[in-house]
Amino acid sequence: MKRTFMLLLAVILFACTGLAGCGQESGVTTLYVYNWGEYISDGSEGSLDVNAAFEKYYYETYGERVKVNYSTFSSNESMYAKLSSGAANYDVIFPSDYMVERLISEGLLAKLDFSNIPNIKYIDERFLGENAYYDPTNEYSVPYTYGMVGIIYNTELVDPEEETLGSWALLWNEKYSGYILQFNNSRDAFGTALYYLGYDVNEATEEQWREALDLLKQQKSIVQGYVMDEIYNKMISGSAAIAPYYAGDFLTMYNDNDKLAFYYPKEGTNIFVDAMCIPASSKNKLIAERYINFMLSEEIAIANAEYTYYASPNTLVTSSPEYIEYISSVHEDAMDILYSDAAEVRTQFFKNLPPEKLELLNSLWEELKIKSSVGTAIYVSCAVVIVLVAGYLVFHAVRKKKRENYD
Amino acid sequence: MRSNVRYRSLLERAAAAPHMVWSILFIVAPLFFVLYFAITDAEGHITLNNLASLTDYSNIFLLSVSFALIATIICLLIGYPLAYFMSRTGKTTRRVLLLLLMLPMWISLLIRTYSLMALLDNGGLLNSLLVSLGFGRIRIIGTGGAVILGMIYDFLPYMVLPIYTVLTKLDPRYIEAAADLGCNSLQVLGKVIIPLSLPGVISGITMVFVPSISTFYISQKLGGGAFDLIGDTIERQFQHPSTYHTGAAISLVMMILIIISVAIMNRFSDSNSGGFVV
Amino acid sequence: MGLIFALLYAPILVLVIYSFNESGELGSFSRFSFYWYKQIFRNKRAFESLKNSLFLAVTSSALATVIGTFAALGLDRMRRRHLRNIIMSVTNIPMMNPDIVTGVSMMLFFVATASIIGLGSPLGRITMLIAHTTFNIPYVILSVRPRFLQMDRSLTEAALDLGCTPARAFFKVELPFITPGIVSGLIMGFTLSLDDFVISHFVSSPDFQTLPLYIYNQTAHQVKFSMYALSTLIILSILLLLLIINFAGAFGENNNKNKIRKESRG
Repeated sequence: MKRTFMLLLAVILFACTGLAGCGQESGVTTLYVYNWGEYISDGSEGSLDVNAAFEKYYYETYGERVKVNYSTFSSNESMYAKLSSGAANYDVIFPSDYMVERLISEGLLAKLDFSNIPNIKYIDERFLGENAYYDPTNEYSVPYTYGMVGIIYNTELVDPEEETLGSWALLWNEKYSGYILQFNNSRDAFGTALYYLGYDVNEATEEQWREALDLLKQQKSIVQGYVMDEIYNKMISGSAAIAPYYAGDFLTMYNDNDKLAFYYPKEGTNIFVDAMCIPASSKNKLIAERYINFMLSEEIAIANAEYTYYASPNTLVTSSPEYIEYISSVHEDAMDILYSDAAEVRTQFFKNLPPEKLELLNSLWEELKIKSSVGTAIYVSCAVVIVLVAGYLVFHAVRKKKRENYD
Repeated sequence: MRSNVRYRSLLERAAAAPHMVWSILFIVAPLFFVLYFAITDAEGHITLNNLASLTDYSNIFLLSVSFALIATIICLLIGYPLAYFMSRTGKTTRRVLLLLLMLPMWISLLIRTYSLMALLDNGGLLNSLLVSLGFGRIRIIGTGGAVILGMIYDFLPYMVLPIYTVLTKLDPRYIEAAADLGCNSLQVLGKVIIPLSLPGVISGITMVFVPSISTFYISQKLGGGAFDLIGDTIERQFQHPSTYHTGAAISLVMMILIIISVAIMNRFSDSNSGGFVV
Repeated sequence: MGLIFALLYAPILVLVIYSFNESGELGSFSRFSFYWYKQIFRNKRAFESLKNSLFLAVTSSALATVIGTFAALGLDRMRRRHLRNIIMSVTNIPMMNPDIVTGVSMMLFFVATASIIGLGSPLGRITMLIAHTTFNIPYVILSVRPRFLQMDRSLTEAALDLGCTPARAFFKVELPFITPGIVSGLIMGFTLSLDDFVISHFVSSPDFQTLPLYIYNQTAHQVKFSMYALSTLIILSILLLLLIINFAGAFGENNNKNKIRKESRG
């Protein structure tokens, strides 16, 4: 009895501390920020904690307390699902270009008041106006980072004389069966196949999409897995040798494994811009705009660029000698890799696909995912087991019945 | 006094009411929503298309059943002798072994699966060890075998515990009687011990098979996303509101399949007493 | 057999050992250090999710214990057998169903109901609490009901005959008898809730993360060794808890024996 009493007491104590910890402090506004994983300088390993800095900055500048609730997503589509289902409210989100276009067309984004975002003047011209196809009037989004997709490979595991180096074909090279990774999202995965085939990723016809599917199906038996950010550990540890991914992430991986190398495939590749936007449903638009403005300020933008290794559209960053020195210390060609001109690499944006194409893409992706690469032997042996068990069941039942009759 | 009794029974009858309301709201109603989503389309019209389209997924169902079945059988083959041995050891050893067996059960499945992956990956510890010893690497992660291995590793304790519980409760006099009546030890095992431990075996099988067939984390991590099981497929459908209906249809079919097989299993064990152990 | 246990523990041991590896590489062990532990203690989000997990485990198991205990009482006194059987079957559903189906059904229920009443964002703290309570209740009933079945009815009747009010009789006679069942139901609910990932995965929102969800997100990204440190801490606390329960169990048994001995002498 004493023991149970003590246990109950312990539980009650737990409950009290738990409840006390969860009580909302009054007078504090919560700003919900929804970003990609590992996409902000977060204070780990000696970096600047941007969200904490914003909370401090906001209190010092405007005299109000703001708490940043920061959560992450792993794909544009999952972010879109959360946002459009109304499953959660956010104040600042970081969608990619084509998703910005889609969100604008569906009326899910709020128009920004640029009088609250004066730092927009630091954004490079190349990312504004017509150049930002997804938001040509520059009313809804502020570019945060940009980058291009390339192929990362391990120089120890991939033959340097390999002919397919420099091309998307490396991803289909059977010599590296089991060491190849592929994107685990439909748009990027199909992108690799479409670029390889030389088709337009935005205007491809249904037959061309199907051709890409066949290519991906063929690849399925030699890929080790369909992954997103798990790519880091797999490439760093040498568990995989070849993977398509973003230039900025290559630098992160290179930092931990200098046997890795990177190239932009000669057939052309994808360029993307991740932008900061405010959902139409935001309840704290003013604070959200100030947050965006804060992200564009010099110290913060550099901290983020040095943390994420992604290319920055912010001129304060690209002209900073400190930044250039830092990023070049990670990889001597880092500036070239990140800021390669469009002239050197053939690039294309992913545009928002029309609904029927999106549906096609989803159904093709589904088809790829459910294609089984297991032999029939396994099914046969399982069928045998099931038959045996069923047979035994019947035998058991019959015998029991007989015994009962006997009684 | 009499009125007292009546008052009492009224109060006691009401005692189950909150639970009844709660169950209807949060157990029964959600299942109806699954059914509703499974038989309607995005506009809310009743349709059988979702269920009909499941034929596309037949190989996913086959694959999941096969993997779960293989994992269950191997768990049984390893788990039964282990449970038998445990039930025959001395009291202290038994206590320690039980603790050792329970500890992994209490550790999150995510951590266990992830640690298995870290160990077996191409660049993981096992392969580094093999390479440094002069052997070649073996590729485990990203194969079907890895998924099955993960299921066995994660769910083996669920097989051992129920069997062990039944075996420790087994009356030793039955065994003595059988031996006195001239059975050799093999016959004792086959005619007495195994039939009497059947309830434990059945609940062990259920407790391994059901989570195996519906898992998605194990196949994601160890199969590298190339061996999608029913769980993965359901999980993927629920990432986009447009495919909720297909997802609901798959869930519905899986649920019905499992309920049928569990019902058959329970019938098989005659009296289902060892149903639950933690 | 030793081999089976060795295999069962090998991955976990690797995890624990490498959490002390300063270099943060799996291939080589550079130097023993607490570097990754320092990192995890600085991580605000890990702490936030731990706090959420504890909050949820405590509230959901407490709520489930109250509802479940009363349900067990009601089921025990229920005269209509059919109704009782129906309730028990419904109660068993969340235990029999695969977690993923339970999670999916609840998510559909929450999202659809919210859109019917015109609410925006149903998922979060409340839905998590409801879901966790729902899957805890059956386990509470399962551990309390047998106590009611074992109980000698005549004791209650005796108390009533001796002039106890029904409520007093319940608290003085029945409650002490069923308390062990309640406590074990509570503990079970607490651990189940702490451990649940699959159901939470479907009914949570990104701004209410529990520890398993945090770990899931971590393993989907670049896994830093601070994850290993976190796992090691969790494993250690579970080991500690198990040892305490085991010893407390042994201690309690001894205590009870002494007590009985004393009483029989007296």
